[in-house]
Amino acid sequence: MRIRVGHLYPDYLNIYADRGNIAVFERRASLRGHELAVEAVGLGEKLRPGAQDLLYIGGGQDREQALVAADLQAKSDAVHAAVADGVAVLAVCGGYQLLGRGYHDLRGVDLPGVGLFPHETVAGDRRMIGDVVLDCELEPGERRTLAGFENHAGRTQLDPGAEPLGRVIAGFGNDGESGYEGCRVGRAIGTYLHGPLLPRNPWLADWLLAQALAHASGDEPQELEPLPDRLETEAHAVSAQRARDRGGRL
Amino acid sequence: MSARLAIESTAARLAARLSRLARTGGGTTIPGKLLWKLDPGAIDALAARLPLGAVIVSATNGKTTTTAMVAEILGPGTRLAWNRSGANLLSGIASALLTADDAELGLLEVDEAALPEAARRLRPRALLLGNLFRDQLDRYGELEHVAEGWRQAVRALPHSTTLVVNGDDPQVGSLAAGREGAIAYGLHDPRHARHALQHAADSRYCIVCGHPYEFAAAYVGHLGDYRCPACGHARPELQIFAREIELHGLESAAFKLVTPAGSVPIRLRLPGLYNVYNAVGAAALAQALGVELDRIKDGLERFDPAFGRFERIASDDKSILILLIKNPAGANEVVRTLEDGGAPAVLLLALNDAIADGKDVSWIWDVDFEPLLATTERVIASGDRAAELGLRCTYGGLDESALELEPDLERALDRGLELTPPGGELVVLPTYTAMLALQRIVTERGLTRPYWEAKV
Repeated sequence: MRIRVGHLYPDYLNIYADRGNIAVFERRASLRGHELAVEAVGLGEKLRPGAQDLLYIGGGQDREQALVAADLQAKSDAVHAAVADGVAVLAVCGGYQLLGRGYHDLRGVDLPGVGLFPHETVAGDRRMIGDVVLDCELEPGERRTLAGFENHAGRTQLDPGAEPLGRVIAGFGNDGESGYEGCRVGRAIGTYLHGPLLPRNPWLADWLLAQALAHASGDEPQELEPLPDRLETEAHAVSAQRARDRGGRL
Repeated sequence: MSARLAIESTAARLAARLSRLARTGGGTTIPGKLLWKLDPGAIDALAARLPLGAVIVSATNGKTTTTAMVAEILGPGTRLAWNRSGANLLSGIASALLTADDAELGLLEVDEAALPEAARRLRPRALLLGNLFRDQLDRYGELEHVAEGWRQAVRALPHSTTLVVNGDDPQVGSLAAGREGAIAYGLHDPRHARHALQHAADSRYCIVCGHPYEFAAAYVGHLGDYRCPACGHARPELQIFAREIELHGLESAAFKLVTPAGSVPIRLRLPGLYNVYNAVGAAALAQALGVELDRIKDGLERFDPAFGRFERIASDDKSILILLIKNPAGANEVVRTLEDGGAPAVLLLALNDAIADGKDVSWIWDVDFEPLLATTERVIASGDRAAELGLRCTYGGLDESALELEPDLERALDRGLELTPPGGELVVLPTYTAMLALQRIVTERGLTRPYWEAKV
């Protein structure tokens, strides 16, 4: 099956090796006999309704993020419509912030967000940088860990009742206080974790691919056939151990 | 020297000797750390007593090599306070100033983030700013943050400081705007331009208006001949540049150095376009110090690279070539140079994630390893993050059967040598702390001398 991916602003939001995440989608799809068609969606380009099964948005530096914020605002309705239609989303770092209600920095500059994720982000005076490991349960009874690296000045506060991506085992997470990291709305996942995230956390790549395939086929999500993942498992273990040993705390 | 400074200096020097005796390292920053703790202002006083003043070199990539080139140009006739080991934070600078108490000139490589404070304290005679690339985001923060520090540092410079900038870097070149006597250097040879900006190119958007630059030529990362089609912001006019560049694989590079004082052909004993940048920068700085063109040529042509920046070590009937990688832009140039020289059959890659390497290893995904992986027969992935590196290689097109994981560096080196045929060469690309560890290993085997015993 053909999985259509809309990669938002790849020229601007690529600071933490976001192409690694796309490469993981490509390979894991192709190993299961599916084809990934990645389309870049840049400044001033329309997010065509019904043309994507998966949206990806990465992180950028402040300067690049400010350059895309207004444009993303203009795509807000299209993003909401896509998610309501069952399109899967992975938003990392800056992309995660911009898909919330907004970002407020210390100099009084406000970047309005899309409002997909029920959260607001306020710049802190100290960056939260370090290895991080999470405990996640995206499907009832299936607990998995995510290991990555975070580097953000923004403190993201989830609205009461919002569903986080996971519980922080070690590291800062959304705000360094709540013990939660990321956010999930249906098939949309937002997180601060990069590294890039997916090579060392293939289960999340597979979960997102399953959601995207469900959108493409109109069926319910099906579990994908397992892969050996020898290096992936090893890289995950090392990264998770790093977080346990030296993950950040406020 | 004040009595207080004299006492502090003596205590700090003693610490250095103890450190060296204890073999904990070169003792390169111990005295400086002590002095820096005792009295940060001591650096100002130590610098102020240098009869010929101090010069500073900073850049994301190439600062150690550029500084060493300047030292070679100046030659043994100038007594230097030089942090040659690459200890480039304030403590390392303090150590360099302390340990060379008969020095005439301070020659100091300075960390990008430490530049504002170092420039304020040293009040340099000349300041060379080479380039800004994304590097260790976990340590330096965003590129824009470092650039803002540099802008403030330049604004605070005394009028007497000669500013030398790489005009090919939009962020760095613009620092010369409006500053009298500033010198811009760069390359002028579109034959060596890349077809397209690299995936991870920084500064691709106009620093004035945010519109994408048009590059008439992009040489290394975003370094090149840029112009904004929207507002007209463009590369400044270059006073000193290289043209007619010839790259000879892994062996050498040659170019014509054009300066206001005339032009000379230069033949470097090290390869790669990035080393041409280093050499032109070193030449520009030397000229700012009043060195004649002949001496500049001689120095550059005599120059042997700094440890691990490009070093060949003999091991029985084989050789080991070590090339430091530390960020996407630098690693991409190393890959390009290896490609030009004929990609190696056996490759040892070593990724550590200590603070000095960057704890965040995501940068390896922004390096275009693909051309090497397409032709190499065997890759040994080593270091603390060997698995992550191995994963990157398989995503770069390497068959998993051609990959060996060996986190232990010494065993990885032995395995690499075992796979290298007699008369062949093992190419090693380590990150910074992996490079230091390799240096210890080859030193213990008597293959090279430690840097603190090397001749000056």
